[in-house]
Amino acid sequence: MPYPSDFKYTKEHEWIKSDGRTATIGITSYAQDSLGDIVFVDLPKPGSEIAAGKTFGSVESVKAVSDLYAPASGAVAEVNGELATAPEKINKDAHSAWMVKITLKDPGELNSLMSAADYEKFVAEEGGH
Amino acid sequence: MSAVEATTPLIRKTALNAVHRKMGARMVEFNGWDMPVEYPSAGGIIAEHNAVRSGVGIFDVSHMGDIRLQGPEALAAVQHISMNDASRLAIGQAQYSAMLYPQGTFVDDVIVHRLGEDEYLLVINAGTREKDFHWVRDNTRQFDGKAENLSDDFTQIAIQGPKGVELLQKLTDADLSAVKFYWVTRGTVCGLKNILIARTGYTAEDGFEIYVPSDEATSTMVWNRLLEAGSAFGVLPCGLGARNTLRLEGKLPLYGHEISDTINVWEAGLDRFCKMEKPEFVGRAALEKAKAAGLKRTLAGLEMVERGIARDGYKVLDEGGRKIGYVTSGSFAPFLKKNIALAYLPPEFAGLGSTIRVEIRGQGVKAQVVPTPFYKRPKKT
Repeated sequence: MPYPSDFKYTKEHEWIKSDGRTATIGITSYAQDSLGDIVFVDLPKPGSEIAAGKTFGSVESVKAVSDLYAPASGAVAEVNGELATAPEKINKDAHSAWMVKITLKDPGELNSLMSAADYEKFVAEEGGH
Repeated sequence: MSAVEATTPLIRKTALNAVHRKMGARMVEFNGWDMPVEYPSAGGIIAEHNAVRSGVGIFDVSHMGDIRLQGPEALAAVQHISMNDASRLAIGQAQYSAMLYPQGTFVDDVIVHRLGEDEYLLVINAGTREKDFHWVRDNTRQFDGKAENLSDDFTQIAIQGPKGVELLQKLTDADLSAVKFYWVTRGTVCGLKNILIARTGYTAEDGFEIYVPSDEATSTMVWNRLLEAGSAFGVLPCGLGARNTLRLEGKLPLYGHEISDTINVWEAGLDRFCKMEKPEFVGRAALEKAKAAGLKRTLAGLEMVERGIARDGYKVLDEGGRKIGYVTSGSFAPFLKKNIALAYLPPEFAGLGSTIRVEIRGQGVKAQVVPTPFYKRPKKT
């Protein structure tokens, strides 16, 4: 599975793509695959604040509920409303089915996240046993 | 010197375990068993669920247990330990029933099959296998006959869905059209003689459950033949995930959720399977008292009105935010495409159309009491 090299990744399987001031957040292809059929997404409202490492919402498959962890801190500028009625888009293409766009509080926070190559190694280890 | 004791593996496997893994199933631990929850390569839970509603799916349900009661007083023994009336069973007929504690709560639910003049087969749940067998053995001692745990003898495969009958008919000489729902027959299946074929299931759909010898080679052969013969009908292998959503749409109880050792028959709404006109069975006296005392809670069907999925164990609140009950099972319903749940509520909140709230991550999310079962299979035309 190709992980875009212009994204950064968390150990909780979120991706973040930043242009320096704003950033787009979603979950990885690995995450959607482990979850199975996604049937519900709970996302914060525009204007609310999310904090790096803290939960900002949840995603549910038929079987399970998983928290979403913010890869970086910031104010929610936009929410992908399409996912409310079509959460299966995440299964179809997790790397384009974004969840929220935020205004970054500290772009430096992204430096601590994994690169595509590191993340690929990380999931290979996690999935390999 | 210490003796080497045989150890019971912590996680048990069915004879089809290797087959599931080879098919890329996602495996989970369920009641001490390593079982497939879904087969992502076949489409996953939603596809599996809908295959059973519209076509056919096959399930490895070998983790279910089987107890045989046999002997001159087998009927009396069955009558003593189960709440339905087994005296009504003709040879070859089956019934849904339950075994109760003296308090009127559930040891387990069970399908009682009458296989012969004095021979009954009780099919029980995986998680309660040992407990059930001990309970049956201990409570039938006074009767002339024997109780045997045959749980490890069978690989049990469920063939479920409107196309199930056509699929299985391709592999057996038994005339399946002559087998009514909740009846059993025996026949040659995939060349194996004298196989027990029951028209039963746990999906709220027509279908069969077959009991084949539990060796790996035989089990694998039957499983693969079912998949091959079923390809014309779009058969899918189905895991416990779809089994759970299918049974939930049909409001079929699951032990540890809708029924347990703290829930009685009236609360669970299983009155029609409990024959109080039987003079005696374990739990009867307590049930009589409970009936006179009145219901404190009842199992209600919920449909979410606001966005959210109620999950097992979530609290149910009244409009004022006071806890009034709890969810026993809840999920997105793949065929109905709604978020549904079963919950124990005080009767005054359980009327059809009542609005209540389910606490989901700290929020009271609106839901409504709706008629159950959520799904009923269409009548044959």
